[in-house]
Amino acid sequence: MALPRYDARNRDTGSPEARAPPPAHGTLSWRLTARRLPTDSLESLLLSLAALAVAAILFGGFVALQGHDPLAVYQTLYLGGFGTRFSIENTLTQAAPLLLTALCTLIPARVGLLVIGGEGAVVLGGLGAVLAGVALAGAPALIGTMLTISAGALAGGFWIAAAAALKHMRGVNETISTLLMNYIAIALMNHLISGPIRDFSQTLKAQSWSIPNPFMVGNIPGWSVHWGLVIGLTFCVLLHLVLRHTTLGFSFDILGGNRRAAQMAGLPIGRLMLLACFLGGAAAGIAGAIEIVAVHGAASESLVVGLGYTGILVAFLARQNALAVFLVALLLGGISASGGLLQRRFDMPHAVTIVLQGLIFICVLASNAAGRWHRSSG
Amino acid sequence: MVGAGSLLVSTPSRVFGQDVKPITVGFIYAATRNDYGWNQAHAVAARRIAALPGVKLVEQERVPETVQVERVMESMIQLDGAKVVFPTSFGFWPFIQKLAPKYPDVLFVHAGGLWKEGDAKNTIGYRGYMEEPHYLCGIAAGMTSKTGKLGFIGSKPLYFIFNNCNGFVMGARSVRPDATCQVVITGDWDNPVKEAETVNALVDQGIDVIVANVDSPKVAVETAERRGIMSCGYHTDLSALAPNGFLTGAEWNWAKGGDFVKAWQTGGLYPNLYRGGFRQEMVALSPFGKAVPQNVQQAVLAARQGFLDDTLKLYRGPLKDNKGNQVIAAGQEISNTDNAFKLNVKWLVEGAIGSTGLQ
Repeated sequence: MALPRYDARNRDTGSPEARAPPPAHGTLSWRLTARRLPTDSLESLLLSLAALAVAAILFGGFVALQGHDPLAVYQTLYLGGFGTRFSIENTLTQAAPLLLTALCTLIPARVGLLVIGGEGAVVLGGLGAVLAGVALAGAPALIGTMLTISAGALAGGFWIAAAAALKHMRGVNETISTLLMNYIAIALMNHLISGPIRDFSQTLKAQSWSIPNPFMVGNIPGWSVHWGLVIGLTFCVLLHLVLRHTTLGFSFDILGGNRRAAQMAGLPIGRLMLLACFLGGAAAGIAGAIEIVAVHGAASESLVVGLGYTGILVAFLARQNALAVFLVALLLGGISASGGLLQRRFDMPHAVTIVLQGLIFICVLASNAAGRWHRSSG
Repeated sequence: MVGAGSLLVSTPSRVFGQDVKPITVGFIYAATRNDYGWNQAHAVAARRIAALPGVKLVEQERVPETVQVERVMESMIQLDGAKVVFPTSFGFWPFIQKLAPKYPDVLFVHAGGLWKEGDAKNTIGYRGYMEEPHYLCGIAAGMTSKTGKLGFIGSKPLYFIFNNCNGFVMGARSVRPDATCQVVITGDWDNPVKEAETVNALVDQGIDVIVANVDSPKVAVETAERRGIMSCGYHTDLSALAPNGFLTGAEWNWAKGGDFVKAWQTGGLYPNLYRGGFRQEMVALSPFGKAVPQNVQQAVLAARQGFLDDTLKLYRGPLKDNKGNQVIAAGQEISNTDNAFKLNVKWLVEGAIGSTGLQ
């Protein structure tokens, strides 16, 4: 996109292109996304479904080449992801953190930043939660839990906001800085849990001190799914409302659509970028904190399982729509929940679900391009 | 099985049903099944157990030591109908204890020997005394080494690593009293780069037999082969990795878990904690490599017979540690199944060069 161009058709539409992550350096075309026409939403949905169908056919071919019956494989995928109550619970549990880590890419993308630092923000969130939880020992349970999660949100938020500050003040590319900051976050955690905050009573595995037991949150009554799912869903809905129906959301979209236009309109660019990144980082930080208060109780290598990276995939597939994040997270959660079953029933390697995820990713990216081509030639 | 003299049996538990009925058994591995190490040892056992009447095997690999394993176990139970699960990684234990009360009709068998009073009755911990086959490896190493200098690479500074090392050194010195063994603790379960570097450094010091107590000794054994020295295996049969220099190896016999499966299938008795050496069929010896002459093989097999008959005691006085302190007085013998003694081994025997790495 080297030449400035004014694209009237994209104005006031919800085209997938407009919702796809804008290039890191704000494009010069006008692509405001505040109001969307239903036809384009439909087109976007159809494109997504077509992309999924193509991915499914490609994956079917892939497993057929391995000598398996694709239909049987899909049946097993369904069984493992959605077929029984246990499968659904498993899928929801897998999806819960993805809802939040997806926001870490999604929110900054609205202001035109491509942040891939979810993994680091999860780790920082987990560390923040552990430190706060341990420091607050003795506090009433509910307050303790809330402050523990808030500490995770702050830690993750400041972590990603730091990348925005670097971008705004020094022009450092936020994609590269957040990617590298993931490694710093993991190294920081490894340092802390192998010395300064290590629980030495755990001899076989390096892990931090544990947060007090009363601060741990349990499962949603009647389900074996922890409360993280509800927190993640709430965050998505709130965010959807903020992005769609407030001036802040509108400002984000203007900045994401055209940085120069935002400047001319007198928007506080730096502050908006910092805020978007802070919110995104806070979401991933909450995901990390929930891993602590709902699952592990302490920080360890268990925080580094790719939640942040899968979140990037979710954000892309959801085409930066906070509500669609839920459906996509469910889909990817279901795929990873059924991965084990595929391994056991078909003796497929562990990587097979990653192949499927990758195919979906590529097909959705291709469908974005196809949609753009359709509009520019039509 | 219950009759074995040295068995540590807690209150035996009983289940319903008396006939051998079809049963699904699930194996869960932390890494890949063919890692030439810990996981492969279990996968070999899984195949032997699958050959038992009525047993169907399901397997899943690369399951991390997190709450993830709980979901995998539940998935096996709920979706595959598994009635016995073998979560094989050491760190799976707390998750087993969390899940077991929820599924009283499922037996959870864990390789670790961690069961204690108060833990779920439908869980079993089992483990082998690997110091015994290490003693045999030591005999083979001591008799075939030209330099009399051996090398032991350990992963973590933990009691069973020290016991294995002591077994190896004592075995070597039982046939060659002047043998020494350089001990290196890497600090990691799995660090192939460090392991290869260590082997190279050991070879440069004139060491000509090594054994590596790491998750997968593949790299160490291959490096030794490449440098033209001899090696002993650990966990599973590694003879294929070193066609020239492989002597023999210390193997687990996790297939003993088949007894627990049978007991669960038929409503028989089973122990909650099972530890043992050759006599209890928990450990085994790898096939001899071509570098091992007949007389050495005979000496090794004679010592194995000693463990089987319980006439050979691994720890017997007089014994000094490598700092010159007497640890076992003359005439004193430690029973081969004295687990409390072995748990407290935080020293290396005379002949071992190096330290435990403990503060």
